[in-house]
Amino acid sequence: MIKVSHLVKQFGPLTAVNDLSFEVGPGTVLGFLGPNGAGKSTTMKMITGFLTPSSGQVSIHGHDIVAARQAAQTRLGYLPEGAPCYEEMTVKNFLTFIAEVRGARGTVRNQWVDRATDTVSLRKVLDQRIETLSKGYKRRVGLAQALIHDPDVLILDEPTDGLDPNQKHQVREMILSLSDQKIVIISTHILEEVSAVCSRALIISDGQIVLDDTPQGLRARAADHLAVSLKVDGLDPEALKIACQALSECERVEIAEGGLVTVFPVPGSSGLLMALQMLIADKGWQVAQLQQHEGQLDEVFRQVTLEAQR
Amino acid sequence: MNALSIIIKREFSSYFATPLAYVFILVFLVLSSAFTFYLGQFYERGQADLLPFFNFHPWLYLFLIPAVSMRLWSEERKTGSIELLLTLPITLWDAILGKFLAAWAFVGLALVGTFPIWLSVNYLGQPDNGAILAGYMGSWLMSGAFLAIGCCMSALTKNQIIAFILTGITCLFLVLAGFPMVLNFFESWVPSLVLDLITGLSIISHFIAISKGVLALTDLVYFFAMMVLWLYLTHLALAAKAAD
Repeated sequence: MIKVSHLVKQFGPLTAVNDLSFEVGPGTVLGFLGPNGAGKSTTMKMITGFLTPSSGQVSIHGHDIVAARQAAQTRLGYLPEGAPCYEEMTVKNFLTFIAEVRGARGTVRNQWVDRATDTVSLRKVLDQRIETLSKGYKRRVGLAQALIHDPDVLILDEPTDGLDPNQKHQVREMILSLSDQKIVIISTHILEEVSAVCSRALIISDGQIVLDDTPQGLRARAADHLAVSLKVDGLDPEALKIACQALSECERVEIAEGGLVTVFPVPGSSGLLMALQMLIADKGWQVAQLQQHEGQLDEVFRQVTLEAQR
Repeated sequence: MNALSIIIKREFSSYFATPLAYVFILVFLVLSSAFTFYLGQFYERGQADLLPFFNFHPWLYLFLIPAVSMRLWSEERKTGSIELLLTLPITLWDAILGKFLAAWAFVGLALVGTFPIWLSVNYLGQPDNGAILAGYMGSWLMSGAFLAIGCCMSALTKNQIIAFILTGITCLFLVLAGFPMVLNFFESWVPSLVLDLITGLSIISHFIAISKGVLALTDLVYFFAMMVLWLYLTHLALAAKAAD
């Protein structure tokens, strides 16, 4: 269990984190979402004990991060932003060093290194210097060091930033494959990542939590959540618009360039697609295109972060 | 093995992972020999001791030690690995002392590498080997004081060049503090108590005593106090602004 209460960090006149409170229990992958400079990294740096909070508390499994820093830090693994490590070392020496600092000796240490190596597939480059590795491999080295002691809590600051789509996929698979007993906190500004790996998302703006919800819950806040786009052969978009507006589930209709008609549902209603399908069957239209929208996360993101800044 | 020794081991081996160690040792050996034989007139003096060798160490350290110490914390700050290091379950002192002791051991290794000069002087005459050992001790202690200063300067900035210059200037002041040109400058306008303090701060006067074979307690205390003071300042600097 991680408890963050009334966390504040000030850098001179600037308040980077402003009275942040939340709790996370085991089995949660929590996503920190927010624009650059929103205070995501600063919050993570305080949770991991790198920065001392100006005020407020962080406790990790009951250990206060300021009063019992080392006890708390033994329970967590941390991937700092950009996955920094000692680049002049070989992967094996680096992981061995981290394992030793974390208290493993002899065969236990070797087991830890082996397990971390296999979890993130580093076997091929074990004897290479980290500086010679590609960005994707470097990120995996960073993940391996965070995972090496099989911690209960994993804090990953932008774990997929700068990776290509295949590498992003691998990292997400890895996060998902971690035991459901762990607490994982990741920060990201990539919205698809939230729906891909997170079970809960916090949107942070100007150092404050502006939204705390599941990824599905976030989507439901989008204006186009459950809206339906359609195009009918041989029917003028204007005529289609008028026909759709007659439906009781329809709030409004927009016509995009190219003649695609999008019907937005009355908030709270869920029968729009069904109603449209009945309408289509009724009129005998030849449908060229029909698509229901789940809701654009980035729209929700923009909406809540801009509102918060205002 | 505790956290401190693990950090020392990693730091020490990191010197040899880059050309830095080899370049440093080579330059140190070449320059210390060149100074001894040419500037120090090792042969011409006709005396079987290593004074001409040790006399140049403060000047040699003035630019070689900052080159070793500048990366200690600046590099960690620049690459962000400081965040990794300081979120491991170790104390800040483990990290500071680990880095310092590894650097000190490294310079000690370079000093040990000068043993051919000791062999030469023993071949040429009957030197006082006790005095030579004291000279080595003094030189090593002095390098420790310089390194502690370098540690602190490196903790203050991300920029290694700035760390190098600040360390060099601070060390230069401490070396020159006992010289007449510095003392004359202060003599006219500071109280004699302060003047004594400045003289007392001088690295040179403490080092010269030791390099002549006199291991006085005050000189030992001076060097250790220097190290403790500057490492403590390093701790303050890092605790206050590790994240900047």
